[in-house]
Amino acid sequence: MNDTAIKHAQPRGGRFFRDNLFVLICLFAAGVCIATLGVLLASILIQGVEHLDGRLLSNPPSRKPDKAGIYPAMIGTIYICSVCAFTAIPLGIGTAVLLEEFKPGNRTLARLHGFVQLNITNLAGVPSVVYGILGLTAFVEMFKLLGNAGDPIWTLGTTDNWYYVQLPFGRGVLAGGLTLMLVVLPIIIISSQEALRAVPNSLRHGALALGATRCQMVWNTTLPAAIPGIMTGTILAMSRAIGEAAPILIIAGIVYITFTPDHLMDDFTAMPLQIYDWAGRPQEAFHRVAASGILVLMAILLTFNAAAVIIRQKFQR
Amino acid sequence: MNQTSPTLDPPPRPSDTHARDGHGMPVDKAAPAIEVAHFNSWYGDFHALQDLNMIIPEKRVTAFIGPSGCGKSTFLRWINRMNDLVPSARAEGTLKLHGQDLLDKSTDVVELRRHVGMVFQKPNPFPKTIYDNVAFGPRLHLKMSRAELDQVVERSLRSAALWDEVKDRLRTPALSLSGGQQQRLCIARAIAVGPSVLLMDEPCSALDPRSTAAIEDLMAELRNDYTIAIVTHNMQQASRASDYSAFMYQGVLVEFGPTHKIFTNPNNEQTQNYITGRFG
Repeated sequence: MNDTAIKHAQPRGGRFFRDNLFVLICLFAAGVCIATLGVLLASILIQGVEHLDGRLLSNPPSRKPDKAGIYPAMIGTIYICSVCAFTAIPLGIGTAVLLEEFKPGNRTLARLHGFVQLNITNLAGVPSVVYGILGLTAFVEMFKLLGNAGDPIWTLGTTDNWYYVQLPFGRGVLAGGLTLMLVVLPIIIISSQEALRAVPNSLRHGALALGATRCQMVWNTTLPAAIPGIMTGTILAMSRAIGEAAPILIIAGIVYITFTPDHLMDDFTAMPLQIYDWAGRPQEAFHRVAASGILVLMAILLTFNAAAVIIRQKFQR
Repeated sequence: MNQTSPTLDPPPRPSDTHARDGHGMPVDKAAPAIEVAHFNSWYGDFHALQDLNMIIPEKRVTAFIGPSGCGKSTFLRWINRMNDLVPSARAEGTLKLHGQDLLDKSTDVVELRRHVGMVFQKPNPFPKTIYDNVAFGPRLHLKMSRAELDQVVERSLRSAALWDEVKDRLRTPALSLSGGQQQRLCIARAIAVGPSVLLMDEPCSALDPRSTAAIEDLMAELRNDYTIAIVTHNMQQASRASDYSAFMYQGVLVEFGPTHKIFTNPNNEQTQNYITGRFG
């Protein structure tokens, strides 16, 4: 019986050839991706390495390419990304926990739940410029309900204090960070939901059967088990926030800023904006400065991702 | 107590006879633990349990047998109200634990589950250390000093006959244990909260015969302190390890009585057919 089965099979050579061909096609696809990335990195490195020194990191932007630096933009990016992280991470994880762990049994509430879920999924696909406009209306101008940003209706401290806050926020760090929060919030929610969904129900049942409340179940069982996945999603979202230019361009408006922000209402610029500004200038020298700026941006991104990997592995252990 | 029977069809253990002392007697003096009267349950429109009436005695092992889908697990999950997690599930009738109505709206489900521990079909230790698994329940409910917690963990692991195997590696991940050890860890975890009832939903179905024997030995020990209700598909297990047996078929409690009677001289023909393997 086995003999006939072997005789009727396809000739060895044909199968082996097709198998190898498939591997070759996959190799080619992967090769194209990696080669593109490699060429990109190499060209930026060649262009940017010349200008990559202490001056770039410590100088403000300048009209002279030799003196131009990225320091204010770097600080601005750190400011807005901090605001973004401190707001988006708790809000996003909280929403994900609500949507995954506290599913309503009631039919009306279940419908509302489905509606919210559908909208969050849709929001993840909205172009970031749209969020820029939304941030401009909601945070910078506060729907013009509270007067003009130049003539705030309410202030805390004066512009000399580090804790100065005004309503409406105006084109400051806070409005920028909150707008970035809008951009990354759906990403954080969806990835956190996926991480929570990957936690087996048997763990939830185990905790509940021991007399845990739903809150204790979430804190002691579900969240710890989901942390690695949540971290991955959050870090990816933050990487996107660092690289976003469009919504920040709408919020910050001006690009040529030579000082660092003193408080949350202060004007700011961010690294993608600074790079955009340099890359758009006619002088060839500024293009090289832009390449250096990209290198700095990528170094920060890689540091973030490396930190994420380390934290994730620590939790997974 | 400790002899294991690695064959698939082990002979009755000699220890069984005196472990079940008092069984040949016409009257068992066990007090009632769980009273069930005219108990009905539905999943949506599906009438899953129909008019159950029985009294599960205290500090005895009661086995629930019957073909898949007959409602054994459903019933077990009403005793600690795990069915609350199923939105379409509802129940009517009397289900009392030590006189307290479990279906009453005022019943504190979280408190109830401290008194009714549950062991699941698949071992489900938390991805934490062995120690943290056992300490999980006590940490939820009680403020304990380190020393007290250590004691509870040791006592629970000893009760679950796991202490000697893990005492030197309490801080290693629970998932590094074997399947049988994990299941005993889950039993230790349930005991640590101090329940009076232990529900076991096919606790041995994912285990090899040796681990199964270990769990059965353990149940014989635990029945001194706990009321145990176990769902099993293994007829030998039910006849070996339980004092009372309930045969269920399609949501109906066909027969309930002392295990030796159910297995040697059942009143009902369906029971007879099922335990002799003629259907199911």
